[in-house]
Amino acid sequence: MIEIKNIAKSFGGRQILAGVSGTFKQGDTSLVIGSSGTGKSVLLKCMIGLVKPDSGEVLYDGRNFLESDLNQQKAIRREMGVLFQGSALFDSKTVLENVRFPLDMLTEQAESEKLDRAHECLRRVGLAEAADRMPSEISGGMKKRVGIARAIVLNPKYLFCDEPNSGLDPLTSIKIDQLISEITDEFKITTVVITHDMNSMMEIGEKIMFLYQGEKLWEGNSTTLTQSHVPELNEFINANKLIREMEK
Amino acid sequence: MSRLGSYFIFLGTLFRNPEKFRVYMGLIINECTNIGVGSIFIVALVNSFIGAVTCVQTAYNLTNPFVPKNIIALIVRDSSILELAPTLSCIVLAGKVGSNIASELGTMRITEQIDALEVMGINSSSYLVLPKVIASVLMFPLLVIMAGFLAILGGYIAGTLAGVISSEDYISGLRFEYKPFGVAFALIKTVVFAFLISTISAYRGYNVSGGALEVGAASTAAVTNSCVAIVAADFILTQMLLT
Repeated sequence: MIEIKNIAKSFGGRQILAGVSGTFKQGDTSLVIGSSGTGKSVLLKCMIGLVKPDSGEVLYDGRNFLESDLNQQKAIRREMGVLFQGSALFDSKTVLENVRFPLDMLTEQAESEKLDRAHECLRRVGLAEAADRMPSEISGGMKKRVGIARAIVLNPKYLFCDEPNSGLDPLTSIKIDQLISEITDEFKITTVVITHDMNSMMEIGEKIMFLYQGEKLWEGNSTTLTQSHVPELNEFINANKLIREMEK
Repeated sequence: MSRLGSYFIFLGTLFRNPEKFRVYMGLIINECTNIGVGSIFIVALVNSFIGAVTCVQTAYNLTNPFVPKNIIALIVRDSSILELAPTLSCIVLAGKVGSNIASELGTMRITEQIDALEVMGINSSSYLVLPKVIASVLMFPLLVIMAGFLAILGGYIAGTLAGVISSEDYISGLRFEYKPFGVAFALIKTVVFAFLISTISAYRGYNVSGGALEVGAASTAAVTNSCVAIVAADFILTQMLLT
């Protein structure tokens, strides 16, 4: 379980996050939603330690991440898998090398074990045949799947996905969402997904947190999403024509 | 001043919490190939012509019949070893290697590849930059030795072909009042220049924020800052070691 308490962050006097709190349970796919510029990605970066919040706490199963020493932070980081918005694959490495990279760097496993594990993860995301290709030779959707394979290769307890559907067609988006949801159920991971994709919200939103101008305005799930009485959330949802049509 | 301070802090991060030694070995060999082997052609070409031009221009300016011809070779030798080979080669390498390091790291930064390393708990600056610095410090002196040799050879070929100096005069000039410390001085300078070029360029690239425009700007800044650092260090080292 991940708990965040009163996370606040400002950049150059401009407040991006104003005391955001919440809980993300193990085995759930939790979504953080909101318009562009509301601080979703900054919140994620605060949670994974890429940005130091001005105040607040991030607890991983009770362990305070921000107040841990370097070794403790390293240990917690080994339990994290992150899928970045642009996949963040290493250009100079093949798909297989990208997936086995965390194993090479962070484990003492035998070569054959590492190779087996990397192939297993690639098979899990349906990319066994792309192992020897370079990132520049595969599509955006495939890159996301390689990113997921790399994120789960160390059997993480926590999975973070930053805009996993950005730049993808609706069909590929749904496949990626389903893959994230399946992996979460299969390995009982605590998954946090940052998105503003309505399909994702309806498809995998077991728990949804709505951010507006750096504040948490609403919390619920995909079934209660359309019944909220928060005007900012309703405006955000109704920006989608499909939802408007459905409501009519 | 704040940028200078953050540059020194950046240097500190290279040696803090490093990865396993075997990780660096492969990376250093790769970087030696990229930085060293990849720069042979341009360094050889530039220095051969510089040596040739130095020889012909010196001959053109030596009009006094009482000055022996072998002085031309002595001037080519000393200017090549002491200044042209190390300094000019490193300025060329600042353009080639420095811009490459800055743009590579800058692109990795804006495409979140550096963030991916950090999230895995890897010291990204040490993992990405230290092999480049070590490879530069190892390969630049080898390139400069080659550069000095080719500059002198270029002078010989140009001088004898143009008929401004005979082969015997050129060789006797090369041997005249030779001080071996000149080579040591050139190599000391080169090691310092290699460290400056690789770390300044890495610092510029590593700290990029924004997009393609900023990566381009960082690459340009890496080259200009490296060139300024080279000429400043050149003066300081000359004062310290030759006076």
